[in-house]
Amino acid sequence: MEHKVKTPLFHLAKRTGIAPSWAWLIRLSSILVALVIGSLAIAITGNQPIPAYRTLLEGALGNEAFRRQTVKMAVPLLGCALAIAPCFKMRFWNIGAEGQITAGALAATLMVRLFAAKLSALPLLLLMAIAAILGGGLWGLIPGFFKAKWNTNETLFTLMMNYIIIGVVAWLQAGPWEARQGRMAQFPANACLPKVLGVHCGWIIVLVLAVLIHVYMKYTKHGYEISVIGDSMRTAQYAGMNVGRIMMRTMFLSGAISGLVGFIVASGANNTLAKDIAGGVGFTSITVAWLSQLNAFAMILISLMLAILTKGASTLQTQMGVPAAISDIITGLLLFCMLGCEFFINFRIVFRGSRPEKGGKQG
Amino acid sequence: MKLITDLLVAAIIYGTPLMFGTLGEILTEKSGNLNLGVEGIMFMGGAIGLGGVYYYEQAASAPSFAVALLIALLCAFLAGALASLIFSFLTTTLRTNQNVTGLALAIFGTGVGQFVGELMRLKAGGYVTVSNALKSAFTASPMPAFLQKIPVVGPILFGANWFFYIGVVLAVCMHLFLKKSRVGLYLRSVGESPATADAAGINVTRYKYLATIIGGGISAIGGMIYITTSAGCTWNNEGLSGEGWLAVALVIFCLWRPLSAIWGSVLFGALMILYVRLQVSFIPTELYKILPYVVTVIVLVITSLRNSKDKQPPEALGLAYFREDR
Amino acid sequence: MSEEFAIELKHLTKRFGAITANDDVSLGLRRGEILALLGENGSGKTTLMNMLAGIYQPDGGEIYADGHPISIRSPRDAYAHKIGMIHQHYKLVNVFSAAENIVLGLSDEKKLDLKQTNARVAEICARYGFDVDPKKKVYDMSVSEKQTLEIVKILYRGADILILDEPTAVLTPQETTKLFAILRNMRRDNKAIVIITHKLNEVMEISDKVAVLRKGKYIGTVNTAETDAQKLTDMMVGHSVTLNIDRPIFDAPVDRLRVKGLTCYDAEHVKKLDRVTFTARGGEILGIAGIAGSGQKELLECVAGLCPVAEGSIEYDPPEGGSVELVGLTPMQIRRHGVALAFVPEDRLGMGLVGSMGMTGNMMLRSWKRGKNPFVNRRQPKALAEKVLTDLEVVTPGIDFPVRRLSGGNVQKVLVGREIASSPNVLMSAYAVRGLDINTSYTIYNLMTEQKMKGCAVVFVGEDLDVLLELCDRILVLCGGRVSGVVDARTATKEEIGLMMTSHGEEAEAHGA
Repeated sequence: MEHKVKTPLFHLAKRTGIAPSWAWLIRLSSILVALVIGSLAIAITGNQPIPAYRTLLEGALGNEAFRRQTVKMAVPLLGCALAIAPCFKMRFWNIGAEGQITAGALAATLMVRLFAAKLSALPLLLLMAIAAILGGGLWGLIPGFFKAKWNTNETLFTLMMNYIIIGVVAWLQAGPWEARQGRMAQFPANACLPKVLGVHCGWIIVLVLAVLIHVYMKYTKHGYEISVIGDSMRTAQYAGMNVGRIMMRTMFLSGAISGLVGFIVASGANNTLAKDIAGGVGFTSITVAWLSQLNAFAMILISLMLAILTKGASTLQTQMGVPAAISDIITGLLLFCMLGCEFFINFRIVFRGSRPEKGGKQG
Repeated sequence: MKLITDLLVAAIIYGTPLMFGTLGEILTEKSGNLNLGVEGIMFMGGAIGLGGVYYYEQAASAPSFAVALLIALLCAFLAGALASLIFSFLTTTLRTNQNVTGLALAIFGTGVGQFVGELMRLKAGGYVTVSNALKSAFTASPMPAFLQKIPVVGPILFGANWFFYIGVVLAVCMHLFLKKSRVGLYLRSVGESPATADAAGINVTRYKYLATIIGGGISAIGGMIYITTSAGCTWNNEGLSGEGWLAVALVIFCLWRPLSAIWGSVLFGALMILYVRLQVSFIPTELYKILPYVVTVIVLVITSLRNSKDKQPPEALGLAYFREDR
Repeated sequence: MSEEFAIELKHLTKRFGAITANDDVSLGLRRGEILALLGENGSGKTTLMNMLAGIYQPDGGEIYADGHPISIRSPRDAYAHKIGMIHQHYKLVNVFSAAENIVLGLSDEKKLDLKQTNARVAEICARYGFDVDPKKKVYDMSVSEKQTLEIVKILYRGADILILDEPTAVLTPQETTKLFAILRNMRRDNKAIVIITHKLNEVMEISDKVAVLRKGKYIGTVNTAETDAQKLTDMMVGHSVTLNIDRPIFDAPVDRLRVKGLTCYDAEHVKKLDRVTFTARGGEILGIAGIAGSGQKELLECVAGLCPVAEGSIEYDPPEGGSVELVGLTPMQIRRHGVALAFVPEDRLGMGLVGSMGMTGNMMLRSWKRGKNPFVNRRQPKALAEKVLTDLEVVTPGIDFPVRRLSGGNVQKVLVGREIASSPNVLMSAYAVRGLDINTSYTIYNLMTEQKMKGCAVVFVGEDLDVLLELCDRILVLCGGRVSGVVDARTATKEEIGLMMTSHGEEAEAHGA
């Protein structure tokens, strides 16, 4: 009787380390793969992929006006990714940025309705910002409170909170605050963010925020507490941290930043409030934060990349008749490929009979 | 009385898509995968399911409802299965974070759904819709007329469309499968404790893949049902929005039990259309729409307060499994 | 020659990253024989057996079954070769009943028929002397019931080759006796049995042969009848150890911590501590002995403020005079009073250290909150990290290298080094030497003694009675959450403590202790 030794063809092993240049090469090629797959969708519409991608790029960056539009789209993405970063570092899965933006915008709009006639631009804008911070913060604090007190699942809680606040805005928009045809009135000029270099000054705010969050996460006691909790709840308690309080505080902060983004979008970009003010930004920004591995500066790049896609796709629709939803498809593909490629950075495939990796050689 | 009957009938119509979305997600979550991409999956199911029916009717000389129904189910199922295959490959094989991957799938699926819908509209040069005969067949009840005519009970129990009855059968089957069958037991063990299942010689990866893919297919059928019944066989980009998230909410509301999904979906359906049927002057209509979410939040909080061991999510929900983890 | 082995391992090697867990190990198992796999913690016993059970893939070497080469790629393959393993952490689904757990993964029967399962379970139970209720849910079971269930589960699958990983660690002596009787029944039934252990008395009692591993390497196999504890120890540690722990006497011990009637419950409302009363003195090492899970962990956690106290008081007398009640204070406040906890649970990293951070970040766990400045001060922790690095000879690529990726001994040094650096008045440690090599263990013992001579009250929860007897001044023995007695470590004997570990105070006295 023959007995054959069957060893598996390959198995997986964790890498001990990888050269940063290799890691970046893998990441870059994953973007390439996503674009290649995306070109199939373009081909279905009867267009050539390469000219289409060129149109897409030109549509996003081709001229001054396009570039401004692109930056305008990147601002909320970056802002929310920054908001989410502390939560994710703490392993608190806040997927409620969508609602926290809306809550912030709602609070800011309330200020406009109450004080627009009485105040000049600067105090009004400040008041709106503060209200937005409180509104968004509060909306984040609620799930944070229940998580801290009773360990209520935060993923699902924050998710539900999105639709509750969006429903409230939908009601206001079609009811008490309606101006005409189910829309709210435009903000008066004193409630709109001033422009700097042709784009509302929100872009400066989020860039400053990027630096602040970087400093907050890396150099402050709060940032340290968040990292410890994210690593081990038990260790945090052992070190004398009040985990529940820190959790609530971080959720408030996260919601507050998202709320501020809501204010920026309402006051700077849209000049009004609508139920779709967040428009999926809250969800996309989660992937931005994750792909950047919570690095504030990487978020700037990735949010710009996604904004270019979205803006370019709208041009693609007008010029080549490709549905604008192509941007969501390519965004999704990019996320898939970039998420998946981390596997090849963290793991090594060991083929049958191949030599073992020498420890630390690549590290 | 008439009011309540009407409400229930409408609740069943609006609840049926949710029932499929929820049943699919229950199956997925029982394997320990938290697929937050249901929203995208339902979009894909809706657009591609409608596409299947539309092109079938264009091609066939004498379109039959039975074939149309099968094509709709099959197209939607395949679309959802494909989407979930991507999710499974990423989370199970490449071990990506389930939350983030699910959200990416939600974005991708929504995009694909709208893309396909738009594309059909562009190619048809106008609204994409099917013939009135097919439309009414989709919404009509398969039950004999005399049963439907029974007062009060008739329209509620026997007046629903095909999909509702398929859904009920599916829920019962899924209940029996999870509770009584060997494979169902193994599947639950994978979601509860993959390390245990693995040590017992159960192929964790295969179970996760299969449950997620089949679950995704079922969820996608929910999207197709919404388009073919509530939306009158017409695609619109916003029609399905929020439906997938409601299904995720309903899974929690049902405490991961397929049988509860039957009445749970009808209840959620009722909450969704309450504003049309039950107008109370001091409650604005738009606020009714947030009721399902508020109710889910309350259920979520209550389950976390009560420490019942049998009413918890699958223990390993949302966690990646790697045998050689150390 | 190899024909008579049921399973033979040849030159097995397994690596985890840079660590080699098993290095060229060869070993054979026979039917009708109990083989004890002996080795210190971290010597690679479990890893080796996990390769037989299909949990790990070997990086090199072959496995033979009845003389034929086989490959075990998964637990399913292992079952196909009639190999079953009972892991230290039970692999059971909590929300399932016993019967449901037993049928998990079986593919021979098509239909799920729990009635038939119950009948077969009853048959197995009768044959070997088990007691299992097939309808009981796992979350309602005691540890020993879970273990029994694991064994029944494997027998149900028709395993001939049983591997038990540290089966007695969580059992009472009575339960252990019962388990050994069952193992003997199975040996009579011509099964090949491997028991992984590091307890010599059990090896002598139950096994026919002993195979010894040391630091991942195979040292040799001997017949139990032809060896003794001393020879086995020599094989295990490489050279003969006469524990020679320096035990100086501190002149004037003073009461530092007075614990009275301490009672606490765990999350499942099970009583973990029952009216525990003792005093820890400055200038003394108070050892705490007991079977795993007798309340050691809870005791330390209560003192540190990490576990809610149901009843009782913990009074702390600082050297500067006065008295403070610790019950009701936050962990932070307790630490400010100078009560340090170098707690080393099963997972060192789970509590006490932050795995993803380097040494500096971990030193900060002590000092992070100091001052009003919202920014963390990294300078002092960095200096401290460097000091610990040189003083305790921590082997790490750099002070910012994540501690998760350091070896067990080095992780321990980081933890203990940090706790000692704060010059505590009370230093508590649990299983401080678990998984460490002899040299590092001695470093830790010396550090504890050093603290004692500075007037610190040291509380040392240990596993090895020999160590406790040589290191400590007094030993408190816990049994089932109650204090069964406090003995003078200089005069007490191992047998005396062993008896106290298994019976409460009154009973121990009745036995004439």
